This record gives sequence, C-alpha cells and structure tokens, in this order.
Amino acid sequence: MSTELPEPASKIELKPGVGGGGEIPSFDITLRVRRYLPETTADAYWEDFKLTMYGTDRVLDALHKVKWDHDGTLSFRRSCAHGVCGSDAMRINGRNRLACKTLLKDLDTSKPITVEAIKGLPLEKDLIVDMEPFFQSYREIMPFLISKGHEPTKERYQSAEDRERFDDTTKCILCAACTSSCPVFWTDGQYFGPAAIVNAHRFIFDSRDDAGDMRLEILNDKEGVWRCRTTFNCSEACPRGIQVTKAIAEVKQAILSRTI
Amino acid sequence: MSKTSSGTLYRGHEGMWSWVGHRVTGVVIFLYLLVHVLDTAMVRVDANAYDAIISTYQTPWMALGETGLVAAILFHAFNGLRLILVDFWKQGTKYQRQMLWGVLILWVIVFAGFAIRHLSIAFGSH
Repeated sequence: MSTELPEPASKIELKPGVGGGGEIPSFDITLRVRRYLPETTADAYWEDFKLTMYGTDRVLDALHKVKWDHDGTLSFRRSCAHGVCGSDAMRINGRNRLACKTLLKDLDTSKPITVEAIKGLPLEKDLIVDMEPFFQSYREIMPFLISKGHEPTKERYQSAEDRERFDDTTKCILCAACTSSCPVFWTDGQYFGPAAIVNAHRFIFDSRDDAGDMRLEILNDKEGVWRCRTTFNCSEACPRGIQVTKAIAEVKQAILSRTI
Repeated sequence: MSKTSSGTLYRGHEGMWSWVGHRVTGVVIFLYLLVHVLDTAMVRVDANAYDAIISTYQTPWMALGETGLVAAILFHAFNGLRLILVDFWKQGTKYQRQMLWGVLILWVIVFAGFAIRHLSIAFGSH
C-alpha cells in the first residue's frame, strides 16, 4: 500500500482561475452531420448539433460529445483515436480527413462544420461505410513478402538506401482516405484505387521481395494504374503525408521500363 | 446496403479541377469533331449541301463557337502535355501545381493572341 503524499507547495504564485481546466479556451461550434439511419429513414439527411468545445478538441471529440451526451444513435468507427488505426476517415468540410487528427480550432468555427461518410463505398449507417471493396483490392495486390530460394537462417539484410526506396509507402494505415477521395474510384468501383497501389509499391520496390513482376502484371490492367488521372486528391487526403500520386507514377514507370 | 451518400461536393485542389477542365474540354472537342467529320463528309454526298453547311461557319454565332472551341483545344493540349510530364517525368508529381500555372499562363497568352485576331476578322469591317 502506498500512502498518498501531500502535493508540494507551488513555487510560483498562481492567480486564481489559472491552473484548472478553465485555461483552455472554449468556443461554440455547430457540427453538421450527414445522418443515415436505414432502420427509420430511406434517405440521408443533415442534422445540426450545437456544442461547446475546447481548443484542444478534435472533430472526434465533438462526435463523442454528440454520441455520449446528445444522441446515442450516432454511429461512426474509431479505435485508437490517435491517427494510427485508420478507422475514422471521414469527409470533414468536404475533404477526407481523420477525425482524430483534425483539431476543431484549425477549422472555420464561425460556420457549421460538415461531417460526412467517405465517398465511393456503400454507406451502411451514418458515418460507417462497407470497407470490403477497399480491402478486396488490397488483398489482390498480395500485400506480403514473397521470396524465391531458401529461407535465410538469419534476418534478410537490406541496405539503408534500399530501405529508403519504399519508405514513404510503408506509412499507410489503410484508412481509405485516399481511395475514397479519388474521382475515378467514385464512378468506377472496379479501379484498384490509390491505397492498393501504394501497398503494391511498398513491395514492388522492396529489394527483399521477388514478386514485383507479378504485382506489376496485376496493376498493368484496365482497372489498374492506368485508371489514375492524377487529380492529386489522394496525396492531399493522406493523413500520413504519403506522396500517393508520386507512388502511382513510379509504378506506371516501372511497368513501362521493366524487363520480363 | 444503400447507394453512397450524396452530400457536399468534394473540395479538391488544383489537380482535381484541372482534371474536371480536361474532361469537359475533351467532351467539347469530341462533339465538335463528330459534327465536323459529318459536315465535311457531305462533300461526297452533295456539293451544294456542303456549301450551304460550310457557309454557316461565317455566322457570328459560329465565330463565337470557334473561339470557345480554340479555348478548349488550347487548354486540353497544354494540360495534356502537363499530364504526360506528371506521369513520366521523375519530378512531375512534385511540380504539378507549378506546371498547371504554366499551362494557364501559356493558355491566356496564346488564346488572347488568337481571340484578338479571330474576332477582329469575324466582327470587323467586311
């Protein structure tokens, strides 16, 4: 059992009111959420929530406040809430963002903040979409190491330069912000989409992997990299800052220059 | 499972809007070429009918239409070169925004030159 020590006296004279939770500025926002409740209504509709939030709050905190204090039926995905799990990609003020990485104070709080589900994937409820088509494309590019020959007895060596070649595309968290920002993907669900190509890039340019040609063959398809129209929405939407369009261009160039 | 939500318009940046412009001008050029191939083909059918159709190209409305057509072709051509560089030049994706500004500047210069010459002939004193 540990005995609780009394808090040591402060060495600085604090003015009353400072030091508590009150020092974080609070402000009022209107959160405009695109609701879709298939059990009760046929169509999606906008619903406004007036909330008092703090300068440290993110869009995810506002959604939590709605769900916990106002309307428990609001549905959205989130797991880690720290920008790593990739669950809470959504369209915030018309652009794909992670709700857990978007601070409210960085948005224009004088106007309603719109929150919608990501585009191009089947909507299931409120902010939740069916991610299966997205993961189907991801599986098709074989996102795992394929090597020929004998298993090495120790680890597979790789130089720092060879590792650097595909460093950018290792950052993907599969949140679908890029794929669902792509105008081609919105209208053509068969297109592999930026995320699948990014994850193919991660193995194509890995010196330890031997199935690069196979992946290039998969992406040299009518619905592969050639569907990319370089709108750069994906690069702009990526919460990890991956240069997605650049990765796709590199795969295009690799397909043209490869030696089979 | 429902259709996807139709909410706000996606707020893309320059890249997305240049793509929209490329699509729109591409469709405009295609429609013009379709009509133009048909009216030129009339010369094989009936010379008088061909002359009648071609004479409509002299009307002011056609002159304005041609101005729009050249505007579309110029944008489509310059932006098409930019897209080739984005795909096949190593630094293309890095400088896509600067290249778009280059396209627009080039477009304004060349189109202004054409518009002054073309409209002064079309609407000037005969």
